[in-house]
Amino acid sequence: MTLTLQFVPYSEIEHVSSIGRIKKLLALAKQHKIVLLEGRLRKEEEIELIKTTMEEINKEFRGIELAVIYPGNTVTHDLLQKLKVNMISVLLGDRVGVTIIGPASVVRKVKRDPDKIQLFTHHTLPSAGRRLATLANRLQGKRR
Amino acid sequence: MITKLTKMFSNFFKDLFHSKKHVKLGLYGPPNGGKTTLANRICKDWLGEEMGKVSHIEHETREIQVKEQINIKSGKKELSFSLVDTPGIATKIDYEDFVKKGLKAAEAKKRAKEATKGVIDAIRWLDDMDCVIVVLDATKDPYSQVNITIIGNLAARSIPVLIAANKMDLRKADKDKVAAAFPQYPVACISAKKGTNMEEFYESLFKVAA
Repeated sequence: MTLTLQFVPYSEIEHVSSIGRIKKLLALAKQHKIVLLEGRLRKEEEIELIKTTMEEINKEFRGIELAVIYPGNTVTHDLLQKLKVNMISVLLGDRVGVTIIGPASVVRKVKRDPDKIQLFTHHTLPSAGRRLATLANRLQGKRR
Repeated sequence: MITKLTKMFSNFFKDLFHSKKHVKLGLYGPPNGGKTTLANRICKDWLGEEMGKVSHIEHETREIQVKEQINIKSGKKELSFSLVDTPGIATKIDYEDFVKKGLKAAEAKKRAKEATKGVIDAIRWLDDMDCVIVVLDATKDPYSQVNITIIGNLAARSIPVLIAANKMDLRKADKDKVAAAFPQYPVACISAKKGTNMEEFYESLFKVAA
């Protein structure tokens, strides 16, 4: 089985409406692709994504696994770090971070810590998993 | 913006005339966190009757359930609320998971279909809440995207939140992990099933909702 990772740069969704963003990302997930979105959706869009996913569940499509990783999610008591994160958020907005949307048919579970995401697929695909982890780390590094 | 202004004015006039507060209190969270068990505990404590059926199989609650007019007291304070028990919010629902838990295929498919509708309804009701208790299973990793998304959306809507770290009677329960995941919110550590620490829970609820 081949595992496809589809990278979506933020520029591709930047000027798209909320509904348009959700439809685009879900369409990719329904093609059994793991979507790696540069940046993140707005909070209201995240919940709307869950709602739309539920509306579209059928025999073939059983839903998604979703994970968002960005510096603002990290719990820190370091004031300097907090200031840095806030500055980055002000400057880059929703471009900061990485969003992973995996179809439930492919991704069994997503385990997340503030700084890393582990994807467990239904099949053993170590090389693809490594590629995904490297790509996510690289994107995080680029933004920090 | 208009909703926020309306809420602000409404709260101002309620405070001005010292009227007894009536809030719509929602129970939200992932499936099998113990929302209905907590709803039953609250109803039993204050009304003497239970609210809904509980099960070890996920998505037992697939419809919004509302219990009107619950009055709770703590010292001289009194809080009147409608309790809204919602279906667990999930990003995937597979009927085969229910089959694995022992349901027949037809029953599992029906349950899956109803569960998807339940999630949609729960999300739709989010805007109507005045206050929300996010019920989390303290034995599980609190740092799931569903939890973050629910809490993030409540914050975006300026809805007060109390986190109930439930199932504290189980050995694997880790209250520190729950508190560390959401440090900006009050956390009440309870066992809704055994009724442990409910006094503290009601006190926290007063602080958040009143």
